[in-house]
Amino acid sequence: MHNRREFLQRMTQGAALAGTGGLLWAYLLRQEVRAQPFALRPPGALAEADFNATCIKCGQCVNACPPHILNLATAGGSLPIGMPAYEPRTGPCVMCPDIPCVKNCPTGALNPGLTNIADARMGLAVIDSENCLSWKGLRCEICHRDCPLKGKAITVDPHPRLTSKHAVFVPVVHSDACTGCGICVKACPTAEPAIRILPARLVQGKIGDHYRLNGTGETAITQDFKPAPPPPPEAIPAKPGGLDVLNSGL
Amino acid sequence: MSMARTTVSIHPVPTGLWAWRYLILRRLSQFGLLLLFFGTAHWGWALTEGTSLLSGNLSASEFIGLIPMADPFAVLQIFLTGHMLQTKVILGAAIVLGFYLLVGGRVFCAWVCPVNLVTDLAGWLRNRLDIHPLFHLSRQIRYWVLGVALVLSAISGVAAFEWVSPVGMMHREIIFGLGLGILALLAIFLFDLLTLKHGWCGHLCPLGAFYSLLGRTAPLRVRFDKSTCTRCGECARVCPEPQVLDLKRLATVGFVSAGECSNCGRCTPICPEGSLAFDFRPLIARHNAALEPRRTT
Repeated sequence: MHNRREFLQRMTQGAALAGTGGLLWAYLLRQEVRAQPFALRPPGALAEADFNATCIKCGQCVNACPPHILNLATAGGSLPIGMPAYEPRTGPCVMCPDIPCVKNCPTGALNPGLTNIADARMGLAVIDSENCLSWKGLRCEICHRDCPLKGKAITVDPHPRLTSKHAVFVPVVHSDACTGCGICVKACPTAEPAIRILPARLVQGKIGDHYRLNGTGETAITQDFKPAPPPPPEAIPAKPGGLDVLNSGL
Repeated sequence: MSMARTTVSIHPVPTGLWAWRYLILRRLSQFGLLLLFFGTAHWGWALTEGTSLLSGNLSASEFIGLIPMADPFAVLQIFLTGHMLQTKVILGAAIVLGFYLLVGGRVFCAWVCPVNLVTDLAGWLRNRLDIHPLFHLSRQIRYWVLGVALVLSAISGVAAFEWVSPVGMMHREIIFGLGLGILALLAIFLFDLLTLKHGWCGHLCPLGAFYSLLGRTAPLRVRFDKSTCTRCGECARVCPEPQVLDLKRLATVGFVSAGECSNCGRCTPICPEGSLAFDFRPLIARHNAALEPRRTT
């Protein structure tokens, strides 16, 4: 009886200690997981929650990366601990056609289904039009020229310039082609880059399926849409409108 | 004087480097592995072009582009988050698991883990300075920590220990670049040095607890000859897990059976009677049976 009582007491004490420690530990994990959400992951990285779970923090992608742009986040840094990320301003992804980082990932946190590097979606380039040289009327367009998918991911489009007869030529990013490699960020000549890579989920909106947009291809009107018929001639007042009409009842 | 000593002792106590052989081998193994990982990461060590020598770290790695290895505890935690993994890492975990099932789970702790370098230093300094423990803590705590790590992995959706592991931090930061993980190691050093003897490795580390569970059935064990043992207690004095040297239990079983034994080999050269030695479990039974009638009659 005494032994059983002692055993139960020890077990309860252990469980209480484990529970207390576990709560603290869980809090620490939560803080760590929610660390800066702007981390740019290697090509093929799973969605954030899945990547956080499956990355084993081994650094084999880091070793495999030919330009050595990947780093494992250290403890106490701003990024979630131990996982690979790159900083495009100093070292953009060069989009190796054989994608060695993905091939060397043992867990599948970098999806082995990614075989064409142009299908990678590491992030999305976003332009600060207030500080972009092209938007200021200079023919900069360096981001466009350095873009590995130029003409698809970044195009240069004319844009009317206030009252001037001349247009400005501005870079435009297309999310259907931009991989988020960040070569544009490194190339941007402004003191702080006017083009940046952010995780697409942080910058991309969603229209919603209920909008029917004409002339844009995928979302073109498919149901029979008839414009309202013109009003019958008798509904149009014979007399001219204006103030007289407003006063006609007086 | 020296004549008297040699006639009393059945087994000549080894001196010089030979007495330190397991310590030297352990350090070679620990530093050697770090060097292989570091050389591959920083100097591009490779067998041939494209086959890296030892790429990765202790969480997961690949040897000469051929043999995958992975930390089975980390893989178990990832499984508990509800994610399926690629065969490469599962195979790697199986290889490592198989290895430690053969040589003893906590061989990882004494021969591979880099934190052991820190805690051994703290332990050595602690002995030199004769610092007494601040409090007592059950050595079973680590199994609770292990349980919490597994439960938290299932609840939080991330591998709970891998996100806070000082073992991972130290290894990653040595190989891939320094960060504040060094502070975690300093904390462990001070904890082991000033508050609790063998505090981290012997009481708290869930990875050590995981490997302890693996070690219970391992064939490679420290053999014990009860007929020559004089109960001098030298072995327990140097053992980081002295509770595994329960002499009553050793006498009945014939070897150190507890999973917490890390096969570090501290006890074997120091035993004045040579009663402790590495051996394989099937051979131990034969050895003890052969000794038994000769010594008792």
